[in-house]
Amino acid sequence: MNLLDKLLFCWRSVSRTRLRSVMLLLAMAIGVCSVVMLTSLGEGARNYVMSEFAFLGKDVLVMFPGRNETTGGLPPVTGAAARNITLTETLRLQRAVPAILKVAPVIIGSTLVSHGERGREVIVLGTTGAFPDIRQMTLDQGRNLHLDPGHKDNECLVGSTLLQELLPNRPAIGQLLRVADYRCRVVGVLSGRGDAFGMDLSDSVLVSISLAQQLFNTDSLFRVLLQVNTQQPLAETRKRIEEEMARLHQNELDVTIVSPDAMLATFDQILTIMTLAVGGIGAISLLVAGVLVMNLTIINTSQRTPEIGLLKALGAAEQTVLQLILWEAALLALAGALAGLLASALLLAAANALWPSFPMQPPLWAVVAATATAVLAALLFAWVPARRASRLSPIHALYRR
Amino acid sequence: MIELRQLYKTFVLGDQPVKALDTINLSIGVGEYISVMGPSGSGKSTLLNMIGLLDRPDSGSYTFESAETTTMSEPQRAELRSQRMGFVFQAYHLIPRLSARENIELPMVLARVPSAERQRRSQEVMERLGIADRSHHLPKQLSGGQRQRVALARAIICKPALLLADEPTGNLDSHSGAEVVALLEELNRDGITLLVVTHDADLGARARRQLKMLDGRIDRDLTPGLAPAQPPE
Repeated sequence: MNLLDKLLFCWRSVSRTRLRSVMLLLAMAIGVCSVVMLTSLGEGARNYVMSEFAFLGKDVLVMFPGRNETTGGLPPVTGAAARNITLTETLRLQRAVPAILKVAPVIIGSTLVSHGERGREVIVLGTTGAFPDIRQMTLDQGRNLHLDPGHKDNECLVGSTLLQELLPNRPAIGQLLRVADYRCRVVGVLSGRGDAFGMDLSDSVLVSISLAQQLFNTDSLFRVLLQVNTQQPLAETRKRIEEEMARLHQNELDVTIVSPDAMLATFDQILTIMTLAVGGIGAISLLVAGVLVMNLTIINTSQRTPEIGLLKALGAAEQTVLQLILWEAALLALAGALAGLLASALLLAAANALWPSFPMQPPLWAVVAATATAVLAALLFAWVPARRASRLSPIHALYRR
Repeated sequence: MIELRQLYKTFVLGDQPVKALDTINLSIGVGEYISVMGPSGSGKSTLLNMIGLLDRPDSGSYTFESAETTTMSEPQRAELRSQRMGFVFQAYHLIPRLSARENIELPMVLARVPSAERQRRSQEVMERLGIADRSHHLPKQLSGGQRQRVALARAIICKPALLLADEPTGNLDSHSGAEVVALLEELNRDGITLLVVTHDADLGARARRQLKMLDGRIDRDLTPGLAPAQPPE
């Protein structure tokens, strides 16, 4: 029996026992669809996070106090360092390393910000004009903070949400806000959300670094953003910075410098593993579909025992019968997998139309793996009943003794 | 053509061994027309299955066209069934989801006959058996007589040397039965060796050689028109 005839024979068997075929098709389709949907979700989450962090340009290094010697994981978000990084040190650092283009020191805390009767406990970010520059944030109104960290005026940039809360429908520029016990003049309004370190800056104020030092009574910087010249190798610049910081800290390297690439790589890794995990959960449904294939193959072969006997009486070899049964299972699984892919494509198209900000797309490996797993599971689970049926003696099969 | 020597076959029914075939010695020549009769359980169907290579004996020898079959592998026996033998069953054993033509072509499909050749031969056989106008019908859309003619067409499509019929008229009314018998005998006149197992005394009496079986043994081997042959020792 040649391949075409086998496929034709299987096709007639599949197309003329519709209920069974549809059931199997459905099981496989659901299995494949769930794998593809789940991995798309994982992949979508990964892409979303990656794009959310992409604001940190490739030319920005983040430095913070403390050092995690065992590298590989995420650096500590809040590090209790032996030695602080001070504003003065950043100025020296900038002078010592010419590759540094801009330095944005950051002090962070939260305190009450009020205007007249209206007050709100918000995140206060003490920095210079370099921070909005490096982060490529735009202003709706007004001007940026002063670039010079030594500038003593108390001035601030207000996030758009906070502005609505404190100064609804009033001109903002020039207004005086009360930040804890200090007065601070609004010089500009941030536009949009402007996420930083996973925070929403629209509900916060950016104040001059000198004010923040007084507010939180500290010299210690939380973070330092360094924009570097990418004409020079990043690794070399980084090394230079480390050397300089070690020199400033009595020859002890106790700061951590993170490049956005490293952070992204870590996130990427975590989220890829997550995608694999949810894909694995989806694969369980494929396994369940495989068991269904086995059951249906058992029912099918026992219902068709006389037919198997007949085929053997007509001169079909054991191998031919085995192949016929396996082909049928494989064809059904493949058709089911294709149906599942189609269904998931439709669902994803609908989801992407509904939530365009969270684009979901199945990774190619998931599509291939889901289809292959479906067919392999079908073959594997059909194997046992198929083998049993193909070994039946023709006479027993014909007369069902 | 066929030589059975000291053939034994025992089934176990419950805990009681039943001798289905007991010391069978039989020679069949090319072109013979043989009927096998006997009460239920006398072993006549087992004999047919044995000759048709559907079953294996417990002991003894069976040579088909000078080849010993008891030592053959299953694929070899399948090949022999496919090339040299045709089967007609009481219950037709048509595949319900295949049309008459597809059923008839099945042995050729298994034997890898090219599609065009299959078409030509099935058309020829269907015309000869008077079912050409039913070629696209499914078995359930055919009458019993038509079904048995489809089964007969399938049995002879590969031009076998031996045609084995197990109660070919068992499920048919007398008219359809007579038609099928006429066809079988016509094929036999064309040179095919015909072996018919039946309960029907009238059908059995039509054969030139008549075997009567009892308790797994060939009780009588008659060739009417000649002197009765000696029962085998």
